[in-house]
Amino acid sequence: MSQAATLNSATPTVRPARRSGSLGDMIFAAACRGAGIFVLLLLGAIIAGLFIGGWDAFRTFGPAFVTGTDWDPVQEVFGAGVSIYGTVVTAVLALIMAVPVAFGIAFFLTELAPSWMRRPVGTAVELLAAVPSIIYGMWGFFLIVPFMAQTFQPFVIDNFGEIPVIGDLFAGPPFGTGILTAAIILAIMVLPFIAAVMRDVFNTVPPVFKESAYGLGCTTWEVVRNVVLPYTRVSVVGGIMLGLGRALGETMAVTFVIGNANRISASLFGPGNTIASVVALEFGEATMGSLKLSALLGLGFILFVISFIVLSLSRFMLRQRVQK
Amino acid sequence: MSHSSIPGRPKDLKASAALGRKRRRTDLIIRTACFAATIIGVLFLISILGTLFWNGFSALSLKVFTDVTRPPGSDGGLLNPIIGSVIQTFIGTLIGTPIGLLVGTYLAEYSKASPLAHSVRFVSDILLSAPSILIGLFVYQVLVVPFGGFSGWAGCVALAIIVIPIVVRTTEDMLRLLPDTLREAVIGLGAPKWKMITLVCWRAAASGILTGILLAVARVAGETAPLLFTSLGNLNWSLSLSAPMASLPLTIYAYAGSPYQDWIALAWAGALIITLGVLGLNIAARSLLRK
Amino acid sequence: MVSNRLLALAAGLVATVGVTVSAFAQQATITGAGASFPNPLYQKWGEAARQPTGIQLNYQSVGSGAGQAQIRNRTVDFGASDAPMTAEQLTEANLLQFPATMGSVVAIVNIPGVENNRLRLTGELLSAIYLGQITKWNDPKIVELNRELTLPNVAIAPVYRADGSGTTFVWVSYLSAVSQEFQGKVGVGTSVRWPAGTGARGNEGVAGTVRNVRGAIGYVEHAYAHSNNLVTTQLRNKAGNFVTPTTEAFQAAAANADWSAPNFAANLIDTHGATSWPIVTPTFILLPRNPSDATRAQNVMRFFDWAYRNGDAIATGLDYIPLPESVENAIRAAWTAQVQVDGKPVWPAN
Repeated sequence: MSQAATLNSATPTVRPARRSGSLGDMIFAAACRGAGIFVLLLLGAIIAGLFIGGWDAFRTFGPAFVTGTDWDPVQEVFGAGVSIYGTVVTAVLALIMAVPVAFGIAFFLTELAPSWMRRPVGTAVELLAAVPSIIYGMWGFFLIVPFMAQTFQPFVIDNFGEIPVIGDLFAGPPFGTGILTAAIILAIMVLPFIAAVMRDVFNTVPPVFKESAYGLGCTTWEVVRNVVLPYTRVSVVGGIMLGLGRALGETMAVTFVIGNANRISASLFGPGNTIASVVALEFGEATMGSLKLSALLGLGFILFVISFIVLSLSRFMLRQRVQK
Repeated sequence: MSHSSIPGRPKDLKASAALGRKRRRTDLIIRTACFAATIIGVLFLISILGTLFWNGFSALSLKVFTDVTRPPGSDGGLLNPIIGSVIQTFIGTLIGTPIGLLVGTYLAEYSKASPLAHSVRFVSDILLSAPSILIGLFVYQVLVVPFGGFSGWAGCVALAIIVIPIVVRTTEDMLRLLPDTLREAVIGLGAPKWKMITLVCWRAAASGILTGILLAVARVAGETAPLLFTSLGNLNWSLSLSAPMASLPLTIYAYAGSPYQDWIALAWAGALIITLGVLGLNIAARSLLRK
Repeated sequence: MVSNRLLALAAGLVATVGVTVSAFAQQATITGAGASFPNPLYQKWGEAARQPTGIQLNYQSVGSGAGQAQIRNRTVDFGASDAPMTAEQLTEANLLQFPATMGSVVAIVNIPGVENNRLRLTGELLSAIYLGQITKWNDPKIVELNRELTLPNVAIAPVYRADGSGTTFVWVSYLSAVSQEFQGKVGVGTSVRWPAGTGARGNEGVAGTVRNVRGAIGYVEHAYAHSNNLVTTQLRNKAGNFVTPTTEAFQAAAANADWSAPNFAANLIDTHGATSWPIVTPTFILLPRNPSDATRAQNVMRFFDWAYRNGDAIATGLDYIPLPESVENAIRAAWTAQVQVDGKPVWPAN
């Protein structure tokens, strides 16, 4: 602004800021700031709301609410243990299945695919991410569950059921639904997220690093393993945790296929529950003010805490690299 | 180039050739695996879309769009869920977008690095990926219990809460992309800051911001869980927002679990409609961004 | 410009909505939620009653448990539940309970090689199966009763209702009535702690799961088994006879109903009679005794009044059992006596 003063010999008068301008500025700035604070308050309200709602259950059962595996509506004994177990196990299994495939897709998109293929395949992956979860639930319920019930599970049970340790993993009647089926559907759901993050993160590697490695005679795999992955390691883990966060909270896709049983079973074919599926299923019959509703809200609070931790970790790792 | 002039142990040509073969083999195996992984991913997309189209298309007819939901065996349609979804998505976006816009503007224009800005950005990111069922539970507690009834308004608010962080993220990213020289030029001309933002920055980033809004619409159009506890669903024709309101995802959820073939067919048709809408919005948003 | 186009889009949307609104005449609507047990019947009644009464029924089959919760919260006009509420619960929630119709619960199975109504089961066997004590179809206890069938060495996959269900209530009432152990370990309720098996949503979900899973057994309202061509079983009744699930068996049981029970909660579980089916139940409607809107309460009563007068053929066509006329009259009397707005009875409608 001082440049203007030096340009002319006659110093221009310093005009006071226009009234309407500064008033408008104040209002607008306040509105923006207020909106920001509103968002903060919103999250606080959600956390508080869930905690207060679940307070009855927390107070009645104490820490046993988190670890208890009883879910008995008749006796009014509620415990989150089975749901937490199901949530974590399905999510982790889903990740075990999804991460290698996502890595493969990201690797393919960044290094192997010819450039004419990158856009369509990349779009296809992103479209997979955009499909609503209820569609996954329906597809899983009408396509995967019958396949599991009539083909896959009987096959595994008949052929591997007798082997001592592995047989226990696949014991039980072929319901078609169950922990494994839910994990498979979840894996397909989070696959595109993780693949997209990995691809974006792989693309941030400065080309000079890769070119140097290629120049030394490295194969493509060696370049990825020794240059790209170490460079992007933190963000890759962040992306995986983002996928984990999604898988933990998924409701519709899981409710159709998890089998809805409040039991921890050793078998992957066994039915189970996740926090989201229990809440979705049992919410309808919980009267306002009842202990059951409080237990469901308490479950919601626990899920929020778990997601919060996972998402915070993921964000911490991702923001470091993909910072503008 | 005799071996003696190169320091160190003499090179074992056989071993190095074997190593080279092994490295190439590993590379080939991994590359094939990655190609297979991509094929798997694309195959899943084809399977999902294929199943949708196969089952949904045969159930799709003009009646689906013009007739309300009827009992099983009575040849109904999906008009009220479609309208209900459109209304709730529209109003939810209407409520959520201005808030998201203002927050994104705050983060990009007013305060990039203050503690408040960091907190707001953090919270917005959490809300972006938080399980939507929890948002439904929260809205149930504040808008259903005190008022004693499920309502379309509660549904709209739940959707709005999901819209906000999406719009925040894209608005902030798009505004950040604008060069500072643009802002300096406008301020230099004497415009107050709020005019610079609204008249220049927003306009310049309009296509990006619109993309964010479209993506948000696509996301909430398919959400089921938040509506389970807020607008409940309604089998009859009703435009009243203070009563339970039908929506397409809820109807699909109810119909898909039923044993009636005509209802299951309608569920597929509804699923097809939602997916086409969502994918269409995504593609539109993407092409908008590229312009 | 972008904003102009958005404006046009919004205007078009509003216009479309406006046009479609005018296309649909306003009708009197009543909302109900609850049991999936009578859902096929209520849907058909709703459709048939629309013209003659001008009332539009919006019934959501969300399960008896949810139905009770919703009418307690007064978020619907009436609730529907197979499980009767106790007198204390009804007083506390200020509700009137009356039956709409009667139906039966049957066991459905999916066993390779076993055809409709060939398998013989008893209440004790069913308890053991659902307690997880009998796990294979060729268990000696089952084979003993079914010597003429070849039962395969297939795991039993019990299926139960994952949502709060009156059908569950009826089923576990029966199992608890015939097995002390079941009563102690599981008990009676719309939602119980199942020791074994997997859950499915709605009668519909159970039917679908049993159809898909080899070795599955489940329990559903008879109409679902009938209309989906599922394999049902014989059951041994209190008199010791194995009965097939037929209309005659259901009606024989229904004839034993003691309607003098308070709040119309006649108990037809494991009732006497040589040919009675052991699992028959009335299904109930829950109405607020102090409705906030007299017209809506009246419309609910008008709907069911119409159904009692004209809906019997539809009910029997779906294998439900209509109520005796004396009971229907008693119900109307209860409407007059118990449902009031501002001290004035809501029924009969003027």
